[in-house]
Amino acid sequence: MSFFDLKGTLKPLTALKQFGKKPHTISYPKESIEAAERYRGFHYNDLEECIGCGNCSTICQNKAIDMIKIEGIEGDKGDSGLRPRVDNGRCCWCALCVEVCPTGSLSLTRDYLYVSDDPDTFLFVPGVDNPEGKDNLSFTTSTEQSLNVFNRVPMPELEGMERVKSFAEVVLGYNEEMAREEASRCISCGLCTEVCPDHMHIPEYINAIATGNDEDAVRIIYDNNPLPEMCGKVCTRRCEDVCAIAVRGEAVAIRWLKRYATETAMTSDITKEIVNPEIKEPNGYKVSIVGAGPSGLTAGYYLALRGYDVTIYEANAKAGGMTMYGIPKYRFPIDSLDKQIEYIEKIGVKIKYNTKVGKDISFEKLYKESDAVFMGVGFPQPWTLGIDGEDAKGSMQAVNFLHMVNSGEKVDIGKKVAVIGGGNVAIDAARVSARLGAEVTILYRRRVQDMPADWEEIEGAEQEGIDIVPQTIPVKIHTDDKGKVKAIEYLMAEMVPDEKGGRPKPVAIEGSNKIMEVDSVMGAIGQQGDYSFLEGEYAEKIQVERGRFVVNENQQTTDPKVYAGGDAVNRTADAISAIADGFRACKAIDATLAGKKS
Amino acid sequence: MREKATTLYIGPQHPGITGNMMVRLKIEGDTIVKATTEVGYLHRAFEKLQEKRNWLQSFTLMCRFCVPETDPMEELYARAVETIEGREVPERAKYIRVMVLELARLASFMLWYGGQNGSLGLYTMGQWSVGDRNYILDLFEELTGGRVYHMYIWPGGVRRDLPKGFEQKVLKTMDYLEKRLDDYDDLMFDNAIFKKRTKGVGIVDKETAIEHGVVGPVLRGCGIRSDIRIDDPYEVYDKLDFIVPTQEGADIWARALVRRQEARQSIRIIRQVIDMMPGGPVYNKIPNPQKWTLPKGDAYVRVESVRGEVGLYAASDGGLNPRRIHVRGAAYVHAITLLEDVLVGENIADVSAIMNSLGTCPPEIER
Repeated sequence: MSFFDLKGTLKPLTALKQFGKKPHTISYPKESIEAAERYRGFHYNDLEECIGCGNCSTICQNKAIDMIKIEGIEGDKGDSGLRPRVDNGRCCWCALCVEVCPTGSLSLTRDYLYVSDDPDTFLFVPGVDNPEGKDNLSFTTSTEQSLNVFNRVPMPELEGMERVKSFAEVVLGYNEEMAREEASRCISCGLCTEVCPDHMHIPEYINAIATGNDEDAVRIIYDNNPLPEMCGKVCTRRCEDVCAIAVRGEAVAIRWLKRYATETAMTSDITKEIVNPEIKEPNGYKVSIVGAGPSGLTAGYYLALRGYDVTIYEANAKAGGMTMYGIPKYRFPIDSLDKQIEYIEKIGVKIKYNTKVGKDISFEKLYKESDAVFMGVGFPQPWTLGIDGEDAKGSMQAVNFLHMVNSGEKVDIGKKVAVIGGGNVAIDAARVSARLGAEVTILYRRRVQDMPADWEEIEGAEQEGIDIVPQTIPVKIHTDDKGKVKAIEYLMAEMVPDEKGGRPKPVAIEGSNKIMEVDSVMGAIGQQGDYSFLEGEYAEKIQVERGRFVVNENQQTTDPKVYAGGDAVNRTADAISAIADGFRACKAIDATLAGKKS
Repeated sequence: MREKATTLYIGPQHPGITGNMMVRLKIEGDTIVKATTEVGYLHRAFEKLQEKRNWLQSFTLMCRFCVPETDPMEELYARAVETIEGREVPERAKYIRVMVLELARLASFMLWYGGQNGSLGLYTMGQWSVGDRNYILDLFEELTGGRVYHMYIWPGGVRRDLPKGFEQKVLKTMDYLEKRLDDYDDLMFDNAIFKKRTKGVGIVDKETAIEHGVVGPVLRGCGIRSDIRIDDPYEVYDKLDFIVPTQEGADIWARALVRRQEARQSIRIIRQVIDMMPGGPVYNKIPNPQKWTLPKGDAYVRVESVRGEVGLYAASDGGLNPRRIHVRGAAYVHAITLLEDVLVGENIADVSAIMNSLGTCPPEIER
């Protein structure tokens, strides 16, 4: 090497040419840098859209997010009332919380600068503490980008016109692979559990299905529901209405997953083996139950497990109540119900069939012989339409019609049937009639979107060629010389907004009379209770208000020894509420009687 | 007369700018007679933490393994998961990944320019290169939403598609950086002092390199052509045209020359990738992360980071969380065992320069 490296000495001096150039840096705070459009800065939460599911908190691997109660935000169905609070001292701005937010309410903003000498202020509630963040959103997640799976695994079903040829079950059920895939969409937020009348452990059993532990799922389901296969097929599933995924997508098919799990237990013996319930030693108490419907069976099952001597008195030849006689078999096959009843009997519940309380055995006898009585008597009596010609031959009540069909009786309904009503009973009667070969029209006084029936049922009916004529008010049933139904006359109605803010009311349009020729008319406008079995002092002691038993939060009637549940108590008139009633009554009876013992 | 040996501690506060570690030197005069490396100041137990997090949550920890170059770690994790699961990655995502990886390499070279020269007292270089690195970070911010920790390459692809007009911005930045690299040459490689301070210093010869399992520019600096991008190509590196430079000198100077050429190769790769990038989706969506399990199995994947080959072993027991994640970083041998050998006989003034030259990265050593 030369002693003096001339080039190596001079070249670095070319750096001098950088003099006077504009520097990279800016002089803060005179200037500031605008963050990029996608910048992951502080959180912002749209409080209206947020449902407090807590998925952001669950995914946060730094435990920087907790869910807290916010003043002014009340919980509701499908909203826990909680909102996320972010500890910015822990946050690593990975934005996974944004990627998994099912509603899309949580985003990050371009705000990145925050200075305070109070460390507590680094804990902030997005949306509450930075309402201005709304105008500065940066990192958001669209439905396509979201890590939630918004599309439901489609349920295989029989084709529409194929269905009406028989009473074969329409819904075919998920296979294992489909069930796992569907179950894995669940984010375990538990909003469903809150809204389920029976508070079933939904996230837990779905998780069991997702991880391939179907037997665990069955056990979890049986924790508080002894008729899960029925619920898996026909539940009104309010849980799915509030599913967090349903805000931007299709709700997790909770009902079909329960169905899948329970169907893996093919017989009552297998069910017993899987559930393997602990049955306590007989405790000497006797409980009588009136009616083997969902509420009675539930109370009976859980009381029997707790060591009670349970006898259920059922007026019909089969147990199940409305789920046996009211629900058509293409929705809920008889085997499926029998399996569950068999299992309930196997664990020690005695069911006395064809025994009507008040006729075959007096209520007084039950009352005196038992330590507690539970009444799950339902609403067996249909409302009548109250129009001329209703007693004609061929005019019937949909509930009675379904009862007869389900009992295996032959019913002559002719070629053309008109069903009046918009609830599930109306749709059921219509779809059953279609299966008996009739051409069916449903007359409903409000609009289709007002129908209280399950939307899937309405769709199913339409697919099966059933005509739904909304905004119609029947006025008369015309008969022929032999007193047989010939036609139905109805008025068209217009919807008039309710002044009190209720749902719009149908008002008949004068002179819009129409006559439709039919062979049968079925009324399906609701049912009521029949409490004639309560006689004398019991009729006085056990109070009934507006057609329903008066009960406290423990399902206890005004007679402390008597409990009641199901349709005769609650307005929701669905099986899961009845099951919830039965379970609640069981716990109350157990608490009272067990308390007595000690 | 033999001088009395003294003990000198360098670190644990950032000797040079490689991170928190310590070298305990036994010196006679200003010559090192024994060097002992001590690490343990940056241990964050990421690998263990990942066992307590699900497969998606774990991904957010990966970028923190090595701060100066975060993306190869994300790439490793994503590819390991994809291998275990058999998940396909869309073609466009592969190109975007390579672009991101090369941008990260370039940004990391910029830091090295600063560190290497700073350790020799040439601070101007650091002012320039770290400033220029910011232009790359601006690109990252626009693409990923983060400047240093991107959390962008994830299992199944990349998180978001390129923003509108992003390719042009990258190309513009590349043109700028290419010109700047010439300025760097004037200041650094043509600098007599830099040459004097680096030639013949910190020698890692072929035998030592092989004995220690040395990788990356240190290995290439002693004449061995080895690069995972060529030897075991991943993503779309096999479709790209670039060279792997080597030098024979085996000293700091040789390794600096290797890096000088590599930085230019990265620019070349980025231009190619942008030119060849196909359309289509960028992400093969994973299932709901809360229920996302990987099949039983394991995978070992490798990338070429700026420090050399980095491997990641991931094992799944079929559950929601990784059973084991383990990173074999380049820095481990470079900074612990190799450094102890290389430092013997060197001058204490060169310790920082040697550490920078070997690509020591304490966060990666300890994880």
